[in-house]
Amino acid sequence: MSIEHREHVGEVTTTPERFENPGISPHRPRLSDEDPRAAKRAERQTILIFTLSILATVGGIVGYFAFPIQAPSLGNVRMSTLTLGLGLGIGMLGIGVAAVHWAKSLMSDVERVEERHVQRSDDATRAAAVEILSTGAAESNIARRPLLKGALGTALALAPLSFLVPLIGNLGADWNVSKFRHTAWAPVNGKLRRLATDPSDRPIKPSDVTIGSVVHVMPQGLPDEPGYLEEKAKAVVLLIRLDPRDLNEPEDRKDWSYEGIVAYSKICTHVGCPVALYERQTHHLLCPCHQSTFDVANQAKVVFGPAKRALPQLPIALDEEGYLVAQSDFLEPVGPSFWERER
Amino acid sequence: MKALAASRRHRFAPVILMALALLFTGAIYAALAPNAAQADTASATDIAEGERLFITNCSTCHGMSAQGTADGPALIGVGAAAVHFQVVTGRMPMAANAPQAEAKPPQLTGEQAQQIAAYIASLGAGPSIPSDQQVDPTLGDAANGMQVFRTNCAMCHNAVGAGGALSEGKYAPALDGATATVIYEAMLTGPQSMPVFNDATLTPDEKRDVIAYLMEQRQPNPGGLDLGSFGSVSEGIWVFVVGIGLLIGAAVWIGARSS
Amino acid sequence: MSAETSFSKAPPAAAVAAADFLDTRLGVAKAVKGLARKLFPDHWSFLLGEIALYSFIVILISGTFLTMFFVPSVAEVRYPMDALPVTMRGQQMSEAFASTLNMSFHVRGGLLMRQIHHWAALVFIGAIVVHMMRVFFTGAFRKPRELNYVIGFSMLIMGLLAGLTGYSLPDDVLSGNGLRITDGVVKSIPIIGSYLSYMVFGGEFPGTDTIPRMYTLHILLIPGLILAMVGAHLFLVFWHKHTQYPGPGRTHKNVVGYPLFPVYTAKAGGFFFIVFGVLALMGATMSINSVWNYGPFDPSLVSAGAQPDWYMLFLEGSLRLMPGAAEVVIGGYTLSLNVLIPAVVVPGVLFTLLGAYPFVEAFATKDTGEHHVLDRPRNVPTRTAIGVAILSAFFVLLGGGANDLLATQFQLSINAITLVFRVLFFVLPFVAFIVTKRICLGLQRKDREVSLHGHETGRVVRFASGEYIEVHQPLDEYERWIRVGHDVYRPLEIEPAEDLNGVRRPGHGKDKIRARVSQFFYQDRVEPVTPAELAAASAHGEHDALPALPADRPSEELDARVH
Repeated sequence: MSIEHREHVGEVTTTPERFENPGISPHRPRLSDEDPRAAKRAERQTILIFTLSILATVGGIVGYFAFPIQAPSLGNVRMSTLTLGLGLGIGMLGIGVAAVHWAKSLMSDVERVEERHVQRSDDATRAAAVEILSTGAAESNIARRPLLKGALGTALALAPLSFLVPLIGNLGADWNVSKFRHTAWAPVNGKLRRLATDPSDRPIKPSDVTIGSVVHVMPQGLPDEPGYLEEKAKAVVLLIRLDPRDLNEPEDRKDWSYEGIVAYSKICTHVGCPVALYERQTHHLLCPCHQSTFDVANQAKVVFGPAKRALPQLPIALDEEGYLVAQSDFLEPVGPSFWERER
Repeated sequence: MKALAASRRHRFAPVILMALALLFTGAIYAALAPNAAQADTASATDIAEGERLFITNCSTCHGMSAQGTADGPALIGVGAAAVHFQVVTGRMPMAANAPQAEAKPPQLTGEQAQQIAAYIASLGAGPSIPSDQQVDPTLGDAANGMQVFRTNCAMCHNAVGAGGALSEGKYAPALDGATATVIYEAMLTGPQSMPVFNDATLTPDEKRDVIAYLMEQRQPNPGGLDLGSFGSVSEGIWVFVVGIGLLIGAAVWIGARSS
Repeated sequence: MSAETSFSKAPPAAAVAAADFLDTRLGVAKAVKGLARKLFPDHWSFLLGEIALYSFIVILISGTFLTMFFVPSVAEVRYPMDALPVTMRGQQMSEAFASTLNMSFHVRGGLLMRQIHHWAALVFIGAIVVHMMRVFFTGAFRKPRELNYVIGFSMLIMGLLAGLTGYSLPDDVLSGNGLRITDGVVKSIPIIGSYLSYMVFGGEFPGTDTIPRMYTLHILLIPGLILAMVGAHLFLVFWHKHTQYPGPGRTHKNVVGYPLFPVYTAKAGGFFFIVFGVLALMGATMSINSVWNYGPFDPSLVSAGAQPDWYMLFLEGSLRLMPGAAEVVIGGYTLSLNVLIPAVVVPGVLFTLLGAYPFVEAFATKDTGEHHVLDRPRNVPTRTAIGVAILSAFFVLLGGGANDLLATQFQLSINAITLVFRVLFFVLPFVAFIVTKRICLGLQRKDREVSLHGHETGRVVRFASGEYIEVHQPLDEYERWIRVGHDVYRPLEIEPAEDLNGVRRPGHGKDKIRARVSQFFYQDRVEPVTPAELAAASAHGEHDALPALPADRPSEELDARVH
């Protein structure tokens, strides 16, 4: 029986078109309304719960003094947290449960009715309001002086500028956004920068990096330089050694690696998380934040996930002492894309 | 005696018991350890027994003389540590071809694992099973271990070693059940997807520091239940299950008419 | 009872004096007279907003504790060698992180307060969302409450900002990576992205300004704004008087409930303590954001399972699900649609849709009356279905944000999960819409059925003729009213495009759109039973008349509880 799409029900002689609201249903008394013993029981329960709360609070304070925090044990931290927390929690919960129990069992539960008034003001009030406003506007003579109105508006609109301009102007420090393009790998005074382990800052020889191993590196000496974290945020690199037979290098990058050792920026080209999960067997690098997957054997091109661009490669070589160095800075900006990146 | 009784009642009795259990496990392990230390200089009988075990359990995939087949890699030169790791964690022999070999109850005893390891080590030099001292967490520096762990390990194994996902169904396992020796061997040999951390990239001391950090993490969380250590997602689930759940329960109670 | 008897006694003199003092200065008697007996309808779902309010108060209390010990600075310090935890000794870290550790391990109750604060924050936003769902599905946002809906919606946004800024303060690896993702998202904004990034971080990421700036936003500006909005929100609740569920005696012109004093004071006041108690127990027993496990922030580090708090998880999910191919370079300028769409467009559409919904629905109904009786969700199938569709998309994004945990916990491939969620994000809302709407219409038909024929009683009766019927218990008028009392909207009829003289009617274009929206909302509907239908149903020998049959009529009762 489809009753959808039906239009008005046909008029039937005397019955009304809609049901009438029957009014509030009769009040059903509670146990505690009729039986004084039930009421007394509810009162005793309420008192009991309040008492529980009092005891819990006292217990929590005892816990504060009973568990002073001292090295080397974590135990007291745990106990202190637990006792204070249980004291506070049960103390509060007791008050709440008792109050609600009181309200539910002993306070009147007869529903009452109150009239509502529509939000709209009545016509007389509205008219009066309009009258007041138009009188005021007339007294200010604003309608007949458009220039004054314009001047007021302009002044009001401009005034916040003396607050906003210095605020916004200073928020961005020097606004030199070209810093995105450079990292600490650029040679300093013509000296190529060595690759060193993070965090112990040891320089690395190719023999240290066996096939299948990964070293997290940064420019040697970086921790002592100014703006360490800002530079590190751009300069971190993953050094990976593959079997040279697995490595698929284009002609122009043939001399960027050293005997199967390649160095790629660790900063994801998606939104900048450190890409660090290296799967030795598949040569895939996975970003734990959004699962962009890069193929290290294949110029770290994206094979899965939300990143578009390959990870920038750092060209490496050996210095005269046999340590790995960066031939130059990265040849493209590292990290997430930005508007003027290709410019 | 009184102190003992008091400490039994102490909230931390389970923790101490856990520590004792760990010590006990360590003691049992110590009984095997002389074999471990001597794996490289294992007796000829061990090697012979190892070869027999290898042929029975491993040769189907790895070939009769560990030269490798289409189903499994060559094992010559992988070293005793790699074999010991794979066998004592039950990863080898593999049950079925899967994205990665899973840890399961070991099929061979610790002694048998030592023997196979000795046999493989006799075929070609490779990393050997670490000594007790090399993996003793009490000799390591947990603070330095944390630094090393979070630089090299946490991205796959999670900040406290609760494990994490890799691509295509592979995963980095949780570390909470791993013994110190197994952790050391995994770093040294890089099983399956895991990269190799040789002694130049992570010095033996740093490896021991990592073990010290992981053992320190097995202490109960001072903040209470650790909710699986999965971080924000499990916290988010619990906030609805426990927090919002209880409070809506309370609201229903408040709104319900008393009988 | 007892309350009334105690009132009959004369109040103590001190109370009289105090009341007189206040009234002669503030006129409080007028306020008491006007407010104390104000009525509040009783229903559990009306307490959801209170959960949010009370957890906000708990946040303020616990947060005040934390400010006493937190140092909002990224100046480098070395953690002391005799301090807890041992894994942090001697490490380089910011003062912000060091002070967080210190308050957790060396301030008694500090860790408890941190955990209460964080749990309360999660509950706060959770309760706002659940409260908003209640408001949405019951139509409480309709005239005259649209503006209060917008205020509540703005509080949700403010709550998200409060969470985001607070989450970053401890300066640990997890929150640091959250900031880094924020940086990546900001940089993707066309034209001004790079400069916005400089503005947020005071130069290059991570900079030294972020923590102190976020601190000020977190403890002053955002809570101040939330407090102001809470004030406005509650004022409007009083001003409009609370909505009520449909039921006998409830109309758009009255409010039925219990007085503010004493019943509601005790219930709502008691509920504050219950909320506080539950949050304190959570803080006492469940660890949250154990920052010492993540360690101090360092831009080269990350850990598996790097996720934001739950309320930001949908953004994380949409970032994860978006394929990378969307990034394009136009005329040498990079447009990172692979970041912009999931992180800016998706939440933008979601929030615009939610914020504008009351006005869209009002446009479709062209209804100008005041609504104080709530809808049962089944009686507005299209709205309910829209809500469920939005929720289903939200859940897909949440799942996307947790795809690595789904992969490890259920031994699935993370790539496969991601691909499935990409499809589900588009398919599931449609399925959810259709299924929900059908369920609503089905429930309405069930209501009609029950209104017409009464409840099944499980009693089966056999007549002498061999006929079996089940006895139905007719509804009383109060119970019936809930099922038949609601208003039904029908698609709007629009006037023809041209009047009788063939002149184009102005506003016809808008009306056509309105008619289409209205059609979408109200084409499928089930009308409530009318008295005429009920009379007709009872007239042709319905079963509900049976219990009144004469007892001597030969019949046999069968137990048919399994029926």
